[in-house]
Amino acid sequence: MKLDDEEQAMRAGTLGRVAQIAIEHQIRVGDFFGAADFVPVTQAHIMADTESLGESGVRWLEALADADDRGARVRIPTITDPRGTDFAKAAMLKQAAWMLTLERRAIDAFVRLGVAMTDTCINYQTIQAPARGESVAFGDTGVVIYANSVCGARSNYEGGPSAVAAGLTGRTPRYGFHLDEHRRATLRVRTDFIPKSLNEWGALGGLVGRLAGNYWTVPYLEGLDAVPGSDELKHFGAAMASFGSIAMYHLAGVTPEAVAPALPVAHRIGQGDVAALQAAYAPQGEIDVVVFSAPQLSLYELRELAAMCDGRRFTRPLLAVTSPQIKPDADRFGLTKRIEDAGGHVLAGMCFYQSYAREIAEANGWKRLATNSAKLVNILGGYGYVPLLASMEHCVDAAEKGRL
Amino acid sequence: MIYSARHAIGKPVRGQTLVAHDGFSARYDLDRIKGVFSRATHKLAGQSYAGRILVLDTAKGGVASAWMLHEMATRGLVPLALVLNSVNPILVQGAAFGNVTMLVGFDGDITAQVPHGATVELDPAARTLRVL
Repeated sequence: MKLDDEEQAMRAGTLGRVAQIAIEHQIRVGDFFGAADFVPVTQAHIMADTESLGESGVRWLEALADADDRGARVRIPTITDPRGTDFAKAAMLKQAAWMLTLERRAIDAFVRLGVAMTDTCINYQTIQAPARGESVAFGDTGVVIYANSVCGARSNYEGGPSAVAAGLTGRTPRYGFHLDEHRRATLRVRTDFIPKSLNEWGALGGLVGRLAGNYWTVPYLEGLDAVPGSDELKHFGAAMASFGSIAMYHLAGVTPEAVAPALPVAHRIGQGDVAALQAAYAPQGEIDVVVFSAPQLSLYELRELAAMCDGRRFTRPLLAVTSPQIKPDADRFGLTKRIEDAGGHVLAGMCFYQSYAREIAEANGWKRLATNSAKLVNILGGYGYVPLLASMEHCVDAAEKGRL
Repeated sequence: MIYSARHAIGKPVRGQTLVAHDGFSARYDLDRIKGVFSRATHKLAGQSYAGRILVLDTAKGGVASAWMLHEMATRGLVPLALVLNSVNPILVQGAAFGNVTMLVGFDGDITAQVPHGATVELDPAARTLRVL
């Protein structure tokens, strides 16, 4: 890779050992992809729940934070994805003390590195959405696909160590979705199905992701005679990224760079396909827990949920997970109280699958989990759950009746 | 038989393959405590991956693998290497961070060419996989 004077100084260690570690990692990744040089980034967003980091990852962060050199602070606004707990609700989740200790150590290291603990996977709704053409280093698949496809910003998937490195160096290798040639649509998909609920938007996104199949495919979706809002695009993109590892799609009228590719339609998706995907996840029966998470809920989703909770008494735990930015407003507007009066729980700053999902399942006896998140059902199979995908309304019914 | 990859990272390794035309995500597919594929629908469900050279189709899912390969390596329950038809940045970042050898991008489907259970040698500098 071609390095400018500052990058050469980082690599040589002149700007401190931490900056050197960061840029060496980035050069290894950039060399793999044949990056010509670095691109400056304006924001970094770090996925770093401690289930993923483990003891070794936390020690790595602590070593960076302990380094006594001037390169041991982030250079650009650097924020965090959800953590592995909401400390106020950890006892209810039956999380072990060691999990909380590890979380506190990671948080302490991040703070010392200058990272802002925003703990959110909906930063495009709550912190600052990037602008068209802005290069960023985002570390959550749902955030990346939203930034590329809805905002017209430019980001690859930046895993935790790479997002930390981007924060410390203020740049990232120029490959993938930082390059025009990778942002063009490569697969044409047609649908005549108009989703009506968030779970259907997620299911449609999941189907497109499954058909597209890998990171380098950019699907162009046509025939969608609807103007989706931010929450609908959130579920649509998060599921597409989860099912297919997709980082960008083109949706006419939404994606700033949307251009129909000169290709025949490769796939058609109808209502039956969406229904089949939902049916593939145990569509009915007894449930142990209801979870609304992945992505975190917006204020409007919580408002809708609160209205559905009025007058009910749940017989199964219902967990609604939001961001630390939304939670105070949900409290102020009485949404939290309405959900919790029915027996639900509103959690903040975590995400269900990033919060030791296997261990809390065992501790609480949770196996059959109902959710309206297509992303969540796609992930939780590996954690031993039997996930059920249904609308928010049906999930709330299930929390009351104990079955879908 | 020797196969050439377009991208490679890591150190030379020799080991036994675990082959399937399926994807790979440390979060979605593995029980990392037991060291086995845990997703019931994965073609390698129930099989141990520790110390094996995984020959798979592509990277799946999210960003967690970038941390998890490193964490798995420190506990000695990590694949010896990953060989894939295509990859997302996350697995590359994870391989770089966790010092896991990886070869990516071949002529044809590599999962249809390398036998399951074969002993193979990977040379990242030469970007080659050799079936012994």
